[in-house]
Amino acid sequence: MDETFKPSRRAFLRGSAAAAAGSVAGAAAANGADPLITELQDWASYTGAGVDETPYGMPISFESHVVRRNVEWLTASPISSINFTPIHALDGTITPQGCAFERHHSGAIELRKEDYRLMINGLVDRPLVFTYEDLERFPRENHVYFCECAANTGMEWAGAQLNGVQFTHGMIHNMEYTGVPLRTLLREAGADIALDKWVYVEGADASSNGRSIPMEKALDDVLVAFKANGEALRMEHGYPVRLVVPGWEGNMWVKWLRRVEVTDMAVESREETSKYTDVYADGTARKWTWVMDAKSVITTPSPQMPITHGPGPLVISGLAWSGHGQITRVDVSKDGGITWETARLGKQGDTKALTRFYLDTEWDGAPMLLQARAMDETGYVQPTKEQLRDQRGENAVYHNNCIQTWYVNAEGIAENVEVS
Amino acid sequence: AVEGTYGIGRPALDEEVAAWDVDVLPDGRGLPAGGGDVFTGEEVFAEKCASCHGDFAEGVDNWPVLAGGFDTLADEDPVKTVGSYWPYLSTAWDYIHRSMPFGEAGTLTADETYAIVAYILYSNDLVDDNFELTRENFADFNMYNMDGFTVDDRPEQEYAAWRAEPCMENCKDEVQVTMRSVFLVDTPPEGGSDSV
Repeated sequence: MDETFKPSRRAFLRGSAAAAAGSVAGAAAANGADPLITELQDWASYTGAGVDETPYGMPISFESHVVRRNVEWLTASPISSINFTPIHALDGTITPQGCAFERHHSGAIELRKEDYRLMINGLVDRPLVFTYEDLERFPRENHVYFCECAANTGMEWAGAQLNGVQFTHGMIHNMEYTGVPLRTLLREAGADIALDKWVYVEGADASSNGRSIPMEKALDDVLVAFKANGEALRMEHGYPVRLVVPGWEGNMWVKWLRRVEVTDMAVESREETSKYTDVYADGTARKWTWVMDAKSVITTPSPQMPITHGPGPLVISGLAWSGHGQITRVDVSKDGGITWETARLGKQGDTKALTRFYLDTEWDGAPMLLQARAMDETGYVQPTKEQLRDQRGENAVYHNNCIQTWYVNAEGIAENVEVS
Repeated sequence: AVEGTYGIGRPALDEEVAAWDVDVLPDGRGLPAGGGDVFTGEEVFAEKCASCHGDFAEGVDNWPVLAGGFDTLADEDPVKTVGSYWPYLSTAWDYIHRSMPFGEAGTLTADETYAIVAYILYSNDLVDDNFELTRENFADFNMYNMDGFTVDDRPEQEYAAWRAEPCMENCKDEVQVTMRSVFLVDTPPEGGSDSV
């Protein structure tokens, strides 16, 4: 550890306050009986809310900090912009839809099921139009998948930028989808499914967000989804129908899906030429970088989740995921990558889905440099930012799956840093 | 129903397909008849585009720059414009016609779109001021960065090397903090910089 490294004054003051707050609960027991136990509390005497009070509930007010947040300076307009899932405050793997991130290019549109139409055309025997009701008559499937924006962690290419895991890694959500395999609809239309063919998919919104998908993927695991986490899609997530493209960059998960066209070449639309292409240090660019590689991040402790309980037992927790399949292992380092311990998976994650990991450890109160490193079923090991930069330079914008480092000081305050 | 299908859905009519299938392929397939020249494009651009993209497609405030930036792609701060970066002219026509102006998408005629695209090419010094873009000469136009893209080669360049058993102990001699986010940019107040 660099001896010259010092926490900021503000962080230090905040850390002292947090430590003091943490000691109050302990003091109550030391100084005598806890009045929360010995004195009759209102909630143990009076009645609570009736079952008719909240037909569709929101989280309790004490959790009002667990919300989507945006970063104004990132984009020119909030209509074509991004916000961030509060992954620092969540646990498990399923993202509550109400705080799952949004990314729109011309805003979240309101499209009634009655007004919804899906067209399949192009190289098909029978160009078809489906209503929403039609889609619910096809055999359906359930799958849990992560949707990660290609730009997640993109601000961090050139250095440690935003101080919070919500902002560095929160362009992601993970839901259980119900829908119809795209291959079912392609068959219904008598599509030419030769593997040199493509499907071009576009939304009903003004941006359209058209993208080209190779036929092999379209026939594999792409879903035309109309439910997420058990209920209809939220407006901002594509109500009433979106595309689910497992393991692939979020941009291709076309919302408000209105048309699927079978073509004999990629359309090379704006969203796969100007955007979602990755510029190398030499000025050339990669296109069609569809898969999201294995990645992980520690969500607690993190800059928004300092350690407030002092030394002793500590749960280090985080998320890991891979577009190539299942996460098989996550290693955690407390010393910036000199030594690693293998963490415990909350449960074996689904393929191409978020996986929760825990390292149950003892904190001695000394500063830590926390890192997590994911491995997937192909044997791929999440790289360091140095490894990525050596390959790609600093201007790739997209697909930053580097190992993240949090510096945790002696007060338990965490900061986003880069290490040598 | 055709054998092997569920018989769900109904045939799409030609006029329905025509209304929604407006994409243009890199080889120009999908373009409607028509054309537009630079002078007309300058007028249309001034009226419908310049308030965000600037009179010369140079961009206003944080709105996208459409012209210039040639040979900056390897710089520290690349300027990726239609001229310096986009590989196909079809994309410009398709995207403008379908999704611009921002907030009034789908209102440009085919001729207006040809004219705007001609003007953007002119703003990038890629054509003379008497240039007219038409469906007929569209496919002849080669973009500056048409050869600037390679298909995803991560499997060869990265995966092969990174699928190896990782180091677990004594992986480095020492670790130095080289960069701290709190000194660089503004995280919203709900982030770690200002709140617990």
